[in-house]
Amino acid sequence: MAITFTLNGKSQTLPSDVSPEMPLLWVLRDVLNLTGTKFGCGMAFCGACTVHLNGDAIRSCMTPVSSVAGKRVTTIEGLSPDASHPVQRAWIEEDVPQCGYCQSGQIMSATAMLAKKSNPTDADIDEAMSGNICRCGTYQRIRKAIHRAAAMSAAAKKPAA
Amino acid sequence: MSPGLSVNRREFLKTGATGGAALVIGFYLSDVRLADQARDQEKKPPNPFDAWVHIGKDNRVTLILGKSEMGQGVYTALPMILAEELSLDWRKVKVEQAPTNPAIYDHGTGGSGSVAGSWLPLRRAGSAAREMLITAAAQRWNVVRDTCKAQNGGVLHGARKDFLTYGELVEDASKLPIPDFNTVPLKNSDDFAIVGKDTPRLDARAKSSGAAKFGIDSRVPGMLYAVIARCPVFGGKVAKFDATKAKAVPDVREVVQIESVGPGAFTAGGVAVLADNSWAATRGRAALEITWDEGPNANESSDSLRHDCVENASKPGKVVRNDGDADAALASSSKKIEAVYEFPFAPHATMEPMNCTVHIRPDGAEAWVPTQGPQWAQSVIAGVSKLPPEKVVVHTTLMGGGFGRRYQADFVMEAAQVAKAVGKPVMVLWTREDDMQHDFYRPASYHRMWGALDAQGNLAAWKHFQSSTSIAAMWRQNGTEQAENGEFGTAAFIPYKSANYRVEYTLAKSGVPRAWWRSVEHSTSGFVVESFVDELAAAAGVDPLEFRLRLMGDDRKIEDFTNPKEGKPLDTARLKGVLKLAAEKAGWSKPLPKGLGRGIAGYFSFDSYTAVVAEANIMDGKVRVHRLVYAVDCGRPVNPDGVRAQVESAAIYGLSAALHDAITIKGGRVEQSNFGDYEMPRMAETPKTEVHVIMSKEEPTGIGEPGLPVVAPAVCNAIFAATGKRIRRLPVRQEDLA
Ligand code: FES
Ligand code: FES
Repeated sequence: MAITFTLNGKSQTLPSDVSPEMPLLWVLRDVLNLTGTKFGCGMAFCGACTVHLNGDAIRSCMTPVSSVAGKRVTTIEGLSPDASHPVQRAWIEEDVPQCGYCQSGQIMSATAMLAKKSNPTDADIDEAMSGNICRCGTYQRIRKAIHRAAAMSAAAKKPAA
Repeated sequence: MSPGLSVNRREFLKTGATGGAALVIGFYLSDVRLADQARDQEKKPPNPFDAWVHIGKDNRVTLILGKSEMGQGVYTALPMILAEELSLDWRKVKVEQAPTNPAIYDHGTGGSGSVAGSWLPLRRAGSAAREMLITAAAQRWNVVRDTCKAQNGGVLHGARKDFLTYGELVEDASKLPIPDFNTVPLKNSDDFAIVGKDTPRLDARAKSSGAAKFGIDSRVPGMLYAVIARCPVFGGKVAKFDATKAKAVPDVREVVQIESVGPGAFTAGGVAVLADNSWAATRGRAALEITWDEGPNANESSDSLRHDCVENASKPGKVVRNDGDADAALASSSKKIEAVYEFPFAPHATMEPMNCTVHIRPDGAEAWVPTQGPQWAQSVIAGVSKLPPEKVVVHTTLMGGGFGRRYQADFVMEAAQVAKAVGKPVMVLWTREDDMQHDFYRPASYHRMWGALDAQGNLAAWKHFQSSTSIAAMWRQNGTEQAENGEFGTAAFIPYKSANYRVEYTLAKSGVPRAWWRSVEHSTSGFVVESFVDELAAAAGVDPLEFRLRLMGDDRKIEDFTNPKEGKPLDTARLKGVLKLAAEKAGWSKPLPKGLGRGIAGYFSFDSYTAVVAEANIMDGKVRVHRLVYAVDCGRPVNPDGVRAQVESAAIYGLSAALHDAITIKGGRVEQSNFGDYEMPRMAETPKTEVHVIMSKEEPTGIGEPGLPVVAPAVCNAIFAATGKRIRRLPVRQEDLA
């Protein structure tokens, strides 16, 4: 039976010949041509493939697509139409990306954390981001960007005086 | 010693620029230098409005980038140089990747050379365009040229208060005679408005939204995804295979065998499985039944290699350098020390695994390649397809890291072979395991050091023996063994004065592929020199910073021993400058909390000067780095924040090889396979890093790599300061800390 799930806010039904075992990563990239989600290791070591499943950060490389049926999947493309999510803005303002390859996954991990912890400590960041490798070593700027995004969101929430 | 035969990367990049065919013969450098010169003389400057600056009538400006962006920021820094000379409004600038055309662009990207090597050419190109625009305006107004000047994307006539935008002038300007690039006036650097300012990366938005397209994101209608089964033993081949089960995997379309290709490409060959998607291709590969002929290297191991190195070190090597008589000075000295330093192979482990997409048609080919050497990719595809290079269109894509790995053309060769075999567009995709096990690794090396101090505490002798799996030996065709000064870098011209200075080398033979890894020989040479000088300081009982400054002596310039013709000399004043600045910013003389140690290292590489002070201790049996304070002098920093980013990055890359895993060999193959057994630094262990950039007015020099060689010695020197334990082999092992 064809698999249906919510992808970036829209209902998505896969062609019926897509194997239910195929990892979500490859469904996104090779079947649906959503290439913002990246392949780094295929073994849940690096976090390049991180997406949200019902709001939680998961590694799509180890998630059979059958297991997302009926659930909500958000990829980097679904975070905002124009890179305007506070985390994306903070990333741009802190000039985080170098090669950029890991950054979709980093941003998805960070957004999932911030949705639960709006004002994370450094220890929270260490923990939430521990599954994401950046070979370009942008960690220090990622940390700053997460704090900046948290501050931006807090400022936005303050009722106007 | 014949400097003409030492193959360092700088020379390689240049020869690479003449095309892949020249690659192998390129090692006979004297010929190539002549050929280069002849070509340079023939080369007429192209019209800058075709080659570098596209200006629309609507005033939109697109700057064309001939180098490859792999994270190092050339996509921003190089356009800044053009925009500066053109007096453009930076906010309106767009950038596009140049088509592969070696006649115009010097495409090769590596050796920390993009900004340094493009600085003058791009300034000249930008100036030529500016001068043409000014001339066009003067003619339009019928005024004396000198009364016009470029400003903010247009030409201004001050007295008349007239202003014409470049968009209004470009059509006339592009038809004017092209000024001589050698004499075109350049902007006075005091007037720089863009160069030297912290400038956000132009690609940050695309890289924060998922929109940035890397090689692996290339999509061509009708394409197939291929993964290749390669012999895990280096140099092995397919003996026989059965594809029946692989072909039975749903979505698998074809299975083809490809031959290994030797020097120049160094591919393993193997069996390619092509499918409608990457996952089916990997499953198909897993279902292949292959018998390997493991070839001549099946007995090689890290242990056997170390054994050979120890053996080599017990005998004299080929003499790389010999000043005075180090052996006699050592024999007569009352204060001498000896140490052995060891390094394993190191992988590049770019975040984006190797991949290449090629479509070969009868009348032409097109390829999407994440490459540091597009012209080489072009010639490889031309060779396989038997098409003339100009019929091969190579799109250089963004790269998920390069670090030297993407200078190779092995993955391009494979993709071309598979595409040729099936006649369809094909992406050859490497899995992480493929990437970890079929890299071109940083050589493994073994160093024996001897040093002596005289009664005044000056250096009486410095002797350095190295045995390594040299890079050059792999690429050299005739198999001769040489005194490889390219394996030493600055270790062959240390800044510390010693009248008796001897450097020896013996090749360690290996079947493991090697090539340029971030900072190349400096990654090990920097560690050896800056650790050993620290050991000497301790032996002398002198503060390590004080000792280094003293040993450098008077300010002087030391010729680049490994490349006297082209390398810039090491200026000890600048090296002292970064050492002192890092020490000052780190509070070198201030006491630290108990248990914490502070270490320093300073080094010269890629014509740049870096120093770092590290604060570290041992926690739970592991080295923990808390703080890094860098000072760097890379000449005029085009984008200072970009410089800081590169140094922060190199620090983590260096810490990875220093504190985490090694590539080890057993049975002729790599034992590690993925990030589970080759771990890398993560967020929690990232030290607080400060980078202080010297705002020099010297010509810009490299910065993608120079941050690396100093970090491991500074950290290990800090561990010594904290614990009294000397770390002499990397990565650090628990037993060496106990
Ligand atoms: S690709 Fe999924 S964690 Fe690395
Ligand atoms: S930015 Fe390159 S891997 Fe993270």
